[in-house]
Amino acid sequence: MSSTYLGMPSLPVFGTGNLNATESFPQAAKRELKNTQLRANLAHATHTIRDKRENAVAELPDWEEMRDAGSAIKNATMANLPALLEAFETNFTARGGIIHWARDAQEANEIVTALIKETGETEVVKVKSMATAEIGLNEYLQEQGIAAFETDLAELIVQLDHDKPSHILVPAIHKNRNQIRDIFLREMEEVDPGLSNEPARLAEAARRHLRKKFLSAKVAISGANFGLADTGTLTVVESEGNGRMCLTLPDTLITVMGIEKLLPSWRDLEVFMQLLPRSSTGERMNPYTSLWTGVTPGDGPQNVHLVLLDNGRTAALADQMGRTALNCIRCSACMNVCPVYERTGGHAYGSTYPGPIGAILSPLMTGIKSEENNSLPYASSLCGACFDACPVKINIPEILVHLRGEDVDSQRAKVKVPTQMDLMMKASEWAFSDGSHINLLEKGLPIGKLAAGRAKVIKKLPGIAAGWTQSRDIPAPPSQSFRQWWVKEHQSPEPRRNPAKEEDQL
Amino acid sequence: MSARDDVMSRIKSALRDAPPTPDIPRNYRLATNKTAAQRCEQLVGRLLDYKANVYVVPTTQAPAKLAQLLADAESIVVPHGLEEHWLSGLRDDAGSLRIEVDSPEHRLSVSALDSVDAVVTTAAVAVSETGTIILDGSSSQGRRIISLVPDRHICLLAAKDIVEVLPEAIARLNATAPQTWISGPSATSDIELERVEGVHGPRTLDVLILT
Repeated sequence: MSSTYLGMPSLPVFGTGNLNATESFPQAAKRELKNTQLRANLAHATHTIRDKRENAVAELPDWEEMRDAGSAIKNATMANLPALLEAFETNFTARGGIIHWARDAQEANEIVTALIKETGETEVVKVKSMATAEIGLNEYLQEQGIAAFETDLAELIVQLDHDKPSHILVPAIHKNRNQIRDIFLREMEEVDPGLSNEPARLAEAARRHLRKKFLSAKVAISGANFGLADTGTLTVVESEGNGRMCLTLPDTLITVMGIEKLLPSWRDLEVFMQLLPRSSTGERMNPYTSLWTGVTPGDGPQNVHLVLLDNGRTAALADQMGRTALNCIRCSACMNVCPVYERTGGHAYGSTYPGPIGAILSPLMTGIKSEENNSLPYASSLCGACFDACPVKINIPEILVHLRGEDVDSQRAKVKVPTQMDLMMKASEWAFSDGSHINLLEKGLPIGKLAAGRAKVIKKLPGIAAGWTQSRDIPAPPSQSFRQWWVKEHQSPEPRRNPAKEEDQL
Repeated sequence: MSARDDVMSRIKSALRDAPPTPDIPRNYRLATNKTAAQRCEQLVGRLLDYKANVYVVPTTQAPAKLAQLLADAESIVVPHGLEEHWLSGLRDDAGSLRIEVDSPEHRLSVSALDSVDAVVTTAAVAVSETGTIILDGSSSQGRRIISLVPDRHICLLAAKDIVEVLPEAIARLNATAPQTWISGPSATSDIELERVEGVHGPRTLDVLILT
């Protein structure tokens, strides 16, 4: 099925919209880390969901076999993307759905707006969708005089608070129950002033708030978790029933889906509907999943549209080392296990896609040189927990390192004079090339001890090394090195022979 | 160039290294190794875990059980294809219960559905390992809206339609039928990741497993 491209290779076209870190990650992280309430909320939430996921995964005897299948299916999808998109288009269209293509965020927003305007409506209900957050659809619609109501509880909380989501699955993960109650009391009309902070009461308040909207909505906007090429079927996975409401009640349904969300066949859903719920919420299955194929006469929306979105996905696909990032099914397991995300939260990443996957996906989609996105691949200790947790086995650490390389290359291309890093690397090359060089350098250790002073810590290193001491102190160096100590302790009568030379004689 | 042609050409250019298509290793479990009774027991456990109400009853006693569950209800909706005999226990009653039938000729409005106490449907298949009941829009399950808007969903499930693992269910289903997979009543974990049942979908789910 794979096709050979015979045309002129073109330069990748990058994505636009909410895909950028607007300040560098270390700066943003520094600010976010000062918010102790945020850190407490995040630590509680990520640890809870981590335990749940581990239990749900441990229950299955064939979890690894499922991951292998999932990874292979997504690799096969990317390898055959043109043919699969064509098949999907044919099948979806044959059953009455209408497909639109969007090169970037702006084009997708324009298409959706035009479709809404055709209906004459000025209000739409929305199911939580990463793709529409990525393209900034709500803000665009507002400028066009169309009010978009988020209906997922967490998205509703974030929208009512005029805040930004901080997690792709639980966008209000950074807020606790008291904060949520306060937002509801402040922003919801007709809310009971005696509303308590119990999650059950808060959920009920959300139900009342949205019920009328659902029952009278004429247009809904959704994303999609999966598109099945061989049948033209779309899937939305959810919990609350807000998705079912939006996908069933209105006359018009407009779905925005990235081109990479396809699976080759209906059967592949048996893999992904096991991988996704257990990886994301740690449940055996999410409460509700809806599937639709174009229009079903007499059942659900009769005016069904799908916007297929590129917005930098083809640029990511063109990166042979990075393209597996497109295999992501947005489960959020990687952010829940990440020691960096757990402390900084999602806002520090700037982009719609935070956490380890966001740190690779965002720069892959926008190009490494876009705004501050070159700082994202460094937002990791490369511990590899994300790779272990990923249900489709995306090797996130490897791609992080690859993108760090891209960043260094792009910096090198910019600056002609050698940088501090270049000089340091040169110096290291010299130091490590011969034991006698190291010996010489180690003679300087007492100077470092002197610099540390009585407190026995160095608080600030000079030059680019200052980055290291930005958030930690360095303990005073010892007065002698291990090698110096060893020589003193093992003063042997025989002169020390060079092992390398010995080898030469063999 | 149209957006479609543009995007297609970008994809083909991105794939000019012609990455290989891997074989898909399907070494995960494709079929059950549990007996019918074990599957039934597993499903009951999972559904209770989701805070659904579950009743295992012999098929012959289903009408009586249904009447008992709906003793306090004033009105229900049923899809047109639901076999009449399931409702016989209700019809025998004093006649105080209003039974609305939703059919292609007579589609109930949203507000009518919002005012009934419950909906009664069958299901196409259930997956015991995940506690999932699947509706596929056939005539005894009705339009998706009728099992959504009423606040209580009573689902009649034949024990023979319980499989253990998801691949078995997928093999039985028609992909293009409008499907709803239901694993417990609506719920949210959006507040401090604490699961709370009852948001927008039916807040009560009763499952009658018919043996």
